[in-house]
Parts: sequence; C-alpha cells; structure tokens
Amino acid sequence: MTAEATLERQGIDLAKRRSLLIEAGIVAAIALFFIFIVPLLLSGFRLSLMGRFLSLAIVALGIDLIWGYTGLLSLGHGVLFALGGYAIAMHLKLQIPPTASSQLPEFMTLYGVTELPWFWQPFYSFPFSALAVMLIPALLAALLGYLVFRNRIRGVYFSILTQAMTIIFFNFFNGQQKLINGTNGLTDFQTFFGVQVSAPSTQFVFYVVTVLLVVVAYAFCRWLTSGRFGRLLVAIRDDESRVRFSGYDPTGFKVLVFAVSGALAGIAGAMFTLQTGIISPKAMDIAFSIEMVIWVAVGGRASLVGAIIGALLVNFAKSLLSEQFPEVWLFLQGGLFLLVVMVLPSGLVGWLRTRGLELFRQITGKRKLSTYPALEEDPEVEHERKNLGD
Amino acid sequence: MNEKILEIENLTVSFDGFKALNNLNFSMDAGELRVVIGPNGAGKTTFLDVITGKVKPTEGRVLFKGRNLRSYAEHAIAQMGIGRKFQTPRVYLNLTPRENLELSCNRNKRVFPTLFRKTPSAERRTVSGLLETIGLTHKADMKAGLLSHGEKQWLEIGMLVAQSPDLLLVDEPVAGLTDEETFRTGELLLSLAESHSIIVIEHDMEFVHQIARKVTVLHEGTVLCEGTMDEVQHDPRVIEVYLGREVDAEHPVTPLEDALLEPTGTLEVN
Repeated sequence: MTAEATLERQGIDLAKRRSLLIEAGIVAAIALFFIFIVPLLLSGFRLSLMGRFLSLAIVALGIDLIWGYTGLLSLGHGVLFALGGYAIAMHLKLQIPPTASSQLPEFMTLYGVTELPWFWQPFYSFPFSALAVMLIPALLAALLGYLVFRNRIRGVYFSILTQAMTIIFFNFFNGQQKLINGTNGLTDFQTFFGVQVSAPSTQFVFYVVTVLLVVVAYAFCRWLTSGRFGRLLVAIRDDESRVRFSGYDPTGFKVLVFAVSGALAGIAGAMFTLQTGIISPKAMDIAFSIEMVIWVAVGGRASLVGAIIGALLVNFAKSLLSEQFPEVWLFLQGGLFLLVVMVLPSGLVGWLRTRGLELFRQITGKRKLSTYPALEEDPEVEHERKNLGD
Repeated sequence: MNEKILEIENLTVSFDGFKALNNLNFSMDAGELRVVIGPNGAGKTTFLDVITGKVKPTEGRVLFKGRNLRSYAEHAIAQMGIGRKFQTPRVYLNLTPRENLELSCNRNKRVFPTLFRKTPSAERRTVSGLLETIGLTHKADMKAGLLSHGEKQWLEIGMLVAQSPDLLLVDEPVAGLTDEETFRTGELLLSLAESHSIIVIEHDMEFVHQIARKVTVLHEGTVLCEGTMDEVQHDPRVIEVYLGREVDAEHPVTPLEDALLEPTGTLEVN
C-alpha cells in the first residue's frame, strides 16, 4: 500500500511538474508576444496605453491576493499605488542638471523653499528609490494591517478603515504644497539615468520593463497562492475562526499578504508614473481605489489571470468608450459592476472555467452529462452503473 | 498515567448577566473518554468555548495539563494540544479533503515555515493514512464542498486527529447522520480513545450508550451529576431535568436551540 501510495504520489508530482512547465511556456510566449508583436500591431498612442494598463494589472494582482484569495476587501490601494508613484517621481525630480540655477525641484523655488527637505535627500539614490517604491507601501500596509487584524476587525469594517486611510492621505498630500507640490503632484520629469523620460525609446523600455514586471508579479503570486500558504489564505477567507482552532494565528498571514499586496501596488504606481509622466493626489481618490476592485471583480476573483485580464479589459473599454462618449463612461462602469455581481459572480475567468467550458462542449458536440460531481466520481455509483447499465 | 489532563475549577461565564456556566467544576484523567450530556441550553457548547479559548471565563480557571489557559489565544491553545470539532461540520469547502488534512497536519504553523517549508513525506503519509481511516481516499482530490454531510463530519474528525492533539473536543459528531454512519462514528471515536483523551457532547442517547464509559450531566451551567451511564440514568435528578422528558430517546432533541445560543458574529472585537 505504501509503495503504491508513493508511486501514485510520484505520478502526481510528475504531472504537476509537467503542467507547471506548460504554464511557464504559455506565460513566456505571451510575454514575448507583448514585447515583440504587440508594438507592431498597435499605434504609439495605444501602445503607451497598453503599458499603463499593464502596470495597473500589477496592482490588480495585489488586490486579487488580498481580496480574491484572503477575502479582505481593501478600498485603499490607491494610496499604496500613489506612494510607489511618488517614490519614483521624487527620484526623477532630483535629476537636475548641475548647470541649473537652482538645485531644487522647480516647484520648491516657486513656494520659496530654500533647502531640500530631509526626507527628499535619500531619493538622490536610485537603489533607495527603487526599494522605497516597494517598501514604503508595504510597510504602511503592514502597519495598518497589524493594528486592524490583531484586533480582529474584519469584513466591511476593514474596508471602511482602508477608505479612511485614503481620505487621510489624500488630504495630507493635497495640502503639502512645499513638500510635494500639493494638488498638482509631481510632473514634468526630465531625465532618468541620463536619458529623456518622454523620448519614445525610453517609453518603449518602460513598456518592456512593465511586461517583465507583470510576469514576475504573476509568477510570485502564483507561487504564493499555489502551496500550503495559498490554501491557508483560502481557509482564512472561508472560515477564519476555524483556522484559529486548527492552531494557526491568522494575523501574521493577513499582515504579510496585505504587505505583499501593498508592494505590488507600489511597483504598479511607479511604472504607471513613469509612463504617464505625472503622479498627483488624484491617484488617492477613493473612486480610483474602487475602480481597481471592479477590474478584479470583472476578471474574476481568486484567479490571477482574471485580475490581469480584468484590468486590461476594463481600462481599454474605458479609454475607447470615453473617447467616443465621454459622458456615459461612469454609467457604463457602474452598470458593468452590477452586471458582473449579478450575472457573473466569479467574473469572466470564473465563468469561462465552468459554464463557458460547458457551452463550448455543447457547441462542439462533446457534450458531457452534467451531474452532481460526487455522483460522477463515487466508486459505488460507478460499480452500479457498470453492472446494472445506465 | 493517572494525571489530570483537564481541570476546571469554579468556572463561571456570564454574557450580560446571563450565566451560561455557573460555578462549574470538572476534571478528567488523561486517556479518558468522557461524554457530556444535558438538555438544550445547559451550557455544553459554552463549556467547549471556554476550553478552546473562544470565550474567556468570567470567574474561575481552566487548567490543561496543569497550565492555566486564560492568557492564551485560540491558536495557542490549539497548538498546546486541544482540538475541537464543531457542531455543524466546519471544513474548508473550497479545498480538497487532502488539503484540509494537510493544513491541520502542518507541524510548524507560523507564517514563514508555512510559506517556505516543503510538506515532509512523513506528513504526507499521515494524511494518506488518515484519508483511509475516514474513508475518503477516493474523494481526496475533489472539493470538500461536494462531500455529503456525513463525509464532512468525518473529514472534520480527521482534521482533528491530523492536528495530533492530546485532548479532542467533539461537539455532536452524529447530528444528521444515518444509523449506520452513527455506529461507525462511534467505532471511530472508540478507536481514537485508545490514544487520546476525548470529550464528546451528544444528544443521541443510543450513541451515548454505544461509546460512554463515564458520563457528565450538565444542567443550567453546572454539573448535575457524574458516573457511568447506568448510574446517571437512574439518578432521580437527571430523570427529572433531562431523561424524564427524553428517556427513550427515540427522537433526540434538535440542536436548534443550542445553535441559537452559540455566540457567533462577523465582527469580533476583543
């Protein structure tokens, strides 16, 4: 029996490894497609949109981790996103040619600041800024998460607290003209590693980097969610107090996931800022945070591919529709959300995996009797079927 | 081997003045199988809630292997070796039975070991063995949500055992099971009792007859009496409060009232 079991186990492991290899191959192929083929298919304008939307897909992955898998609806990811954007923007604002009359970002001179504020100093260094892009949002998320989760605040109360965080940061950033240029945000970037930020070649590099980051983020989330850790996240989502009685303390797990999700939001914000050329407190608008949730809901909760697809789809729909009918987009977006919640509760990918597959089988004629799966697999039923006929 | 695994002294739990448990004293030897019965609202579920740390005692103390449990959170108590099965089966419906068992079986339940450590083959073997014991080998890799009620009950008992606790708390393991399933559950508990201490809470008198060695009767939050099934059944006080209404036990009391009394809430703020 044990030998048999090990054999079976090995078989399962082998099959798993093979399907993992296939998946890696598909992901690589899609990435190559995005890097080499998509730029030929899309106009420059559409390509730059694609780059931005791909960076939004990274934050969608983060939302999927915390919401789709762990069941915590965060409505404050805009803040984490914006913090990443600000971190990279501060680095860019400090790329001042040595010949310039003032060695301060131009808005500071405007507001009469004569010395660089202390917290700007470390942003001269690129490695520091790159780390800050991930770590500042991650630490903020970890801190908020620790305080909230340790006190067992869950559900809608958690969502409200994250919204409150959004408002606090929005107001703070709006009010700090001298420190971070208030409502206007940081914009008008000049150079990055000595090249023009706005030059098409630089922008193309940003696009490629974004594609690669989406792949890395996807692989990372895939790793997180596939093992025992991922199953524990699902367990926390489905029945948190049961998890406690099984001997796990959910607090640490939730803090870690929230922090990872924050880091992903930060990376997304940085790439978005590089490609749009501006980061302002508008990114901390509550509406934007809610939009992020809609992307994931449309694509499919608890499906990483779904999060990416949702972000791309909704954003392209938004840009196409708002070009044609600028005034109706918001209604459409609300309608889309309602539609998804009522008709496709598990999103597009969730639908494809179940009903879509059935539909496909029906159309192609490979119709399978849909019965209660327990019946399909029950050995006793199987035995009866063989002996008694159908 | 005659040390006490669980001692409860003068335990009182009150919810807004209502005393769910009232000056309750209880003790149990290591290796014992104890059945706790009592009419609805006697405080049976609260009794388990206190032992597992879900509810903190208002007065009195609970000692597990001589350690006071008051300052420990639920997960810490679970790690000390107390496993609990709930009244309605609570398994993770979106995971497979195998994954359910693997989560419980995990030896090191802190965040990073759970993330980085590979499942050792010893744990995998334990899980396969358990799947066989609870008769779910052929359904090991389908979602637990598709299992029948009885299978979920068994899966949850399996999860308890996977935790390898010293003390098992089993709340109404045969509620909603067929007679045959009930009998097999009894056998399973008896075989588990050889290596664990077990407290079973149950309404089904036939089932209690099958497994009981020593029975404790709870009534209005205190221990009414204790003894073998025979002694308990012939105790006039017990007949009055419980078995009198219920003595033939053809139709066990529905656990509805008990379920209503169980404090559950979506917002848990300590």
